[in-house]
Amino acid sequence: MQASALNIENIRSDFPILQRKVHNNKSLIYFDNAATTQKPIQVIDAIRNYYLNYNSNIHRAVHQLAVEATAAFELTRDKIAKFINAKNREEIIFVRNTTEAINLISYSWGRQNVQKDDIVVTTEYEHHSNIVPWQLLTKEKGAKLQYIGVDDNGELILDQLDSYLETGRVKLVTFSHMSNVLGTISLTEEIIQKCHEKGVKVLVDAAQSVPHMKVDVQKMDCDFFAFSAHKMLGPTGVGVLWARKEILDSMPPFNGGGDMIREVHKYETSWNDLPYKFEAGTPNIADVIGFSAAIDYLERMGMDKVREHEVELTKYALEKMSLVKGIVLYGTRDMTKRGGVISFNLGDIHPHDLATIMDEDGIAIRSGHHCAQVLMERLDVAATSRASFYIYNTKEEVDAFIRSLNRAGELFRI
Amino acid sequence: MSSADIYREIILDYYRNPRNFGKLENPDIAMRDSNPLCGDELEMHINIKDNKVSDVKFTGKGCAISQASASMLTELIMGKDFEYVKKLAKEDILDNLGLPDLGPARIKCALLSLKVLKYGVYSYLTEKLKDTASADKIKEEATKLF
Repeated sequence: MQASALNIENIRSDFPILQRKVHNNKSLIYFDNAATTQKPIQVIDAIRNYYLNYNSNIHRAVHQLAVEATAAFELTRDKIAKFINAKNREEIIFVRNTTEAINLISYSWGRQNVQKDDIVVTTEYEHHSNIVPWQLLTKEKGAKLQYIGVDDNGELILDQLDSYLETGRVKLVTFSHMSNVLGTISLTEEIIQKCHEKGVKVLVDAAQSVPHMKVDVQKMDCDFFAFSAHKMLGPTGVGVLWARKEILDSMPPFNGGGDMIREVHKYETSWNDLPYKFEAGTPNIADVIGFSAAIDYLERMGMDKVREHEVELTKYALEKMSLVKGIVLYGTRDMTKRGGVISFNLGDIHPHDLATIMDEDGIAIRSGHHCAQVLMERLDVAATSRASFYIYNTKEEVDAFIRSLNRAGELFRI
Repeated sequence: MSSADIYREIILDYYRNPRNFGKLENPDIAMRDSNPLCGDELEMHINIKDNKVSDVKFTGKGCAISQASASMLTELIMGKDFEYVKKLAKEDILDNLGLPDLGPARIKCALLSLKVLKYGVYSYLTEKLKDTASADKIKEEATKLF
């Protein structure tokens, strides 16, 4: 095992799934981490322990199980607040995933604040989850949706943002902290500063960044921030919406029901305090508790080390890939501007065919439009292949990936 | 099936040099569909004369399997009786491609062409032949493909 910022051998032993074999006894090489990561045994055990020992609903009952479950659930909120450096724990709202967080903002804040002829600005490298909710909202309100373009280096063309802001009609700018296709890290603080100078609110889709680098919402100074547990060692079905307390206070509830109320009468209801105003119904208790173990795991390693490891691995992979005959790599080569997500094509091999060939070698990559068809149009491709790394991936795995790429090239006579 | 079995010379040849690629002017049947999961697109144009396929062309973009499948399907139905086209089943397409054991991850790629064909036949039966009974049967078969 080659030197790395992390102790990869120890890390790998925490992930039972990495021991399994696929297709005729091939070792699994999991390079689809931008879609979802694998889960360490600590996360799986935390969920199991909850169901085995203190399964209970939270916040209401007075019995011991409920007290234990409530404490474990709420402790996760504290850990998340610390992890992203939120000022107040009540600013952490549990949702199902990043998509739900964005929809919550669109329905609650958006409906209240975006009116006819207003502008919502998104970008060409967004995931569909940061495009479709805004199409729905702007169509409903007679408002306009505008896009910040992507240049040939895979970076946002910020001059376009300036011209949108000059109209004085922009209510919200929403963008990915890191592109799920190109890996580009947006110039987040610069964008936020420009927007705030004009009094425009900013939403940061952090689904691809929070798992891979240190983030600080106060330093970043955004208004809304969303990410998913399952892309950072945690279980599926848990996401986080962070927003400034004063904004959350001004927003009407998204879902009505239990837990989000103070008093309910026949025709009137008063809302519970934050964060519960936005957490109607029994939440995903087990998986929030599992997420707690995932955050502990990442904190133990240190997010700077995670980033360092991925930079090293991505740089190594890009260097090796650029030597493969017929390869086309998308996005910037400047590692300070990108994360561990590599989109590429090989000759005229369609990404689905390439993914089938690599799968046979035990290598899981993603192929297709990556829920980013607007970007595919911009790149003028139908689809790309994508390899994305995490803490347990190694240079040896990258070497096997390169061998498989070459085999695919030979099969297709590239 | 190993990828060496799937990506045989003949599949690559049909992928890179698709036969009957293009469009027809005012075709009797024009049908288009896509696979939302992978973005593969396919459009098929067919002319029917004396109850036979007198001409057929397709356009599309997608993987080698989907494009080869579509191209080979056009060759399979060219000049054939309309009754034969109506009866084509999943197995016929997979056998024709030489991929009888294609796994679940990729079988949709191979069957997109048949799906488009069946919907095309459905529209022809409904609009031109007013044969709703046969049309409904074809539509059901198309829905069941994937």
